[in-house]
Parts: sequence; structure tokens; C-alpha cells
Amino acid sequence: MDNIEKLKNIFVESLEIKPNTVNDELSYGSASWDSIAHLALVASIEMEFDIMLSSDDVIDMSSFKKAKEILGKHGIQF
Amino acid sequence: MESNFNLNGKIAMVTGSAGGIGWATAKKLASFGATVILNDLKSQELLEVRKEELKKEFNCDAEAFQFDVGNFDSVQNTYNEIFKKYKRLDILVNNAGVLFDNLVGMIRKQDVEQTFSTNTNGVIYNLQFAARLMQRNKSGSIINIASIVGRVGNEGQVVYGGSKAAVIGITLSAARELAPKNIRVNAIAPGFIKTDLIKFLSKDIYSQRLDSVKMKRIGQPEDVANAVLFLASDLSTYITGQVIGVDGGMIM
Repeated sequence: MDNIEKLKNIFVESLEIKPNTVNDELSYGSASWDSIAHLALVASIEMEFDIMLSSDDVIDMSSFKKAKEILGKHGIQF
Repeated sequence: MESNFNLNGKIAMVTGSAGGIGWATAKKLASFGATVILNDLKSQELLEVRKEELKKEFNCDAEAFQFDVGNFDSVQNTYNEIFKKYKRLDILVNNAGVLFDNLVGMIRKQDVEQTFSTNTNGVIYNLQFAARLMQRNKSGSIINIASIVGRVGNEGQVVYGGSKAAVIGITLSAARELAPKNIRVNAIAPGFIKTDLIKFLSKDIYSQRLDSVKMKRIGQPEDVANAVLFLASDLSTYITGQVIGVDGGMIM
């Protein structure tokens, strides 16, 4: 499974949404993406990619697109 | 029979652990098998000495980081290092603290800021990063060292008492929030304990404080460390959001 599929799966499972709804426009506050889901999302991303995000990254990760950018800073290629 | 206090394989961070209650706690956790991460602000040299003492005496792994617990970036960097080396954290003991006694009317701004930075902000910063590491394993124990002064107050300790009352408030809220992640958060409220924080007390004040202890002896750092061990161990897995007094029946 490539990194984009891994990341999509994390969003699907953490936010309990359908795979076809995960796209660059998916953003914090939409669907079930609330603060509690956000922390679960962060934990899953950190575990899957074996990284620790900074507090700024956690707060700034406001969309699927932004998540890819932040992971890019940690050397995760998409 | 295997001890219920067994901490083999656990990673523990103890802030303010170069001396006093922190050092007694570090030794206690190491003696039951934990890998201990030491912290202090004063001296990296002393920390290195302490680290080697732990390794030699308890045949355990140990690490040491000199940083200010009230500095957000320093705390974040330290937890990144912990993640890189250990990938996990099981126990956090928020012990680092400062004390400046001043009567109302003589309280200096810098003493207020430093006290809250270390005693209160430091607890929040460490708790936040520790919880993020702990939630990966869906388990952890956070022990905040508060004070009897934070519960009942004391003359000359408006600032210290305020900072320690805040630690109790932090403990109660964090316990509720982190319980679903199986991360426990408790506080210990020591009474009159023999540490550097009391070495400047006058003989009269020392006697007054001792008279207020019903057990008629000053507490030792090990008395507090024993309570930390209980809260860190699997003997307390259903205990969260509690404030345990370790004060010999002290009345202030």
C-alpha cells in the first residue's frame, strides 16, 4: 500500500467516513472531523508513519491536503 | 512471586530529578525496573552523575535532559528525543518546582512569573506531550506533585499555593479527558518534607511546621517516592483523578 492509500485509510477509519469522501477539500469541521476525532487522527498518523508531529503541526493540520504537506516535512513522500 | 510493583520495560520521565523528592522518585522507579529519564534545569554535569549512579546501582537504562520545564519548545524537543530513542512513555512524574515565600504586599512580579512558569505551565506542557506518547499504547500514568499548600493554603505562600492549587485543577481535568485513553492522572500533595525547599526556614517556623504534623516527624523524600511508585504501578490501574496527601496527618 503506498503512502497516499495509507493516509486515506487513516482518515476513513479515524473519521468513520466513506473512502470516496477523502479528497483535498476534506477539512476540519466537516463531517465527523471534530476535535476528538482530530486527536485520534493525529495519533493514527503518528503511529502509521512512525513520527511525532509538533504542536503547531497538530493545530495546523486542518485539511487532507494540509496533512499531506505536513507529512512531507517529515520526509513522507506522496 | 513477581512484585505487583514491577516496572520492567516501562519508560519513566521524572522532572526536577537531580535532588530531593525527584531524585528519591527516580531511584525508587529504577529500583523496580523502570528506565528513568532524568531532568533538571541547574546542571547537566550533575544530571550526568545522577544518570551514571542510577545505571550503576540498579543496572538499568537511564537518560538525562537539562531543560526548563516552563519552556514549551524545550519540552517539545525533549519529547521528540524520547520518541526517537524509546518510541514510548509509560510514566510521567511532574515534580519540578520552585518556591518563593513572600507576604502579600511584598510579592515580586518575577517571582509570580517564575513560579507559575515552572510549577504550573511546566506541568501542562509535560502532560500534553507525555499524553501524546502514552496514547499510542493506550496506557500511561501521570503523577503530578502538588502540595498540601495547594489544598489548604498557608501564610506567605499565596504564589506557591496558587501554583499548586492549579496543579490539582490540572490533574482533575486531565484525568477526565484522558481516562478514555486509559491514561491515569493523579496528584500527590506532600506536607512537610525534608528537601532543599525548606532549608531556609527559620528555627521557629521549622518548629511550628513540625508541631502541625500529627506523626511528629518530618517526611522524607522516600515517603513521597513510595506513593509515586504505587500510582505508577499496576496496583493502581483503576485510580485516576485523585489527590493523595503524603503529610503524616499534617494540619495547617
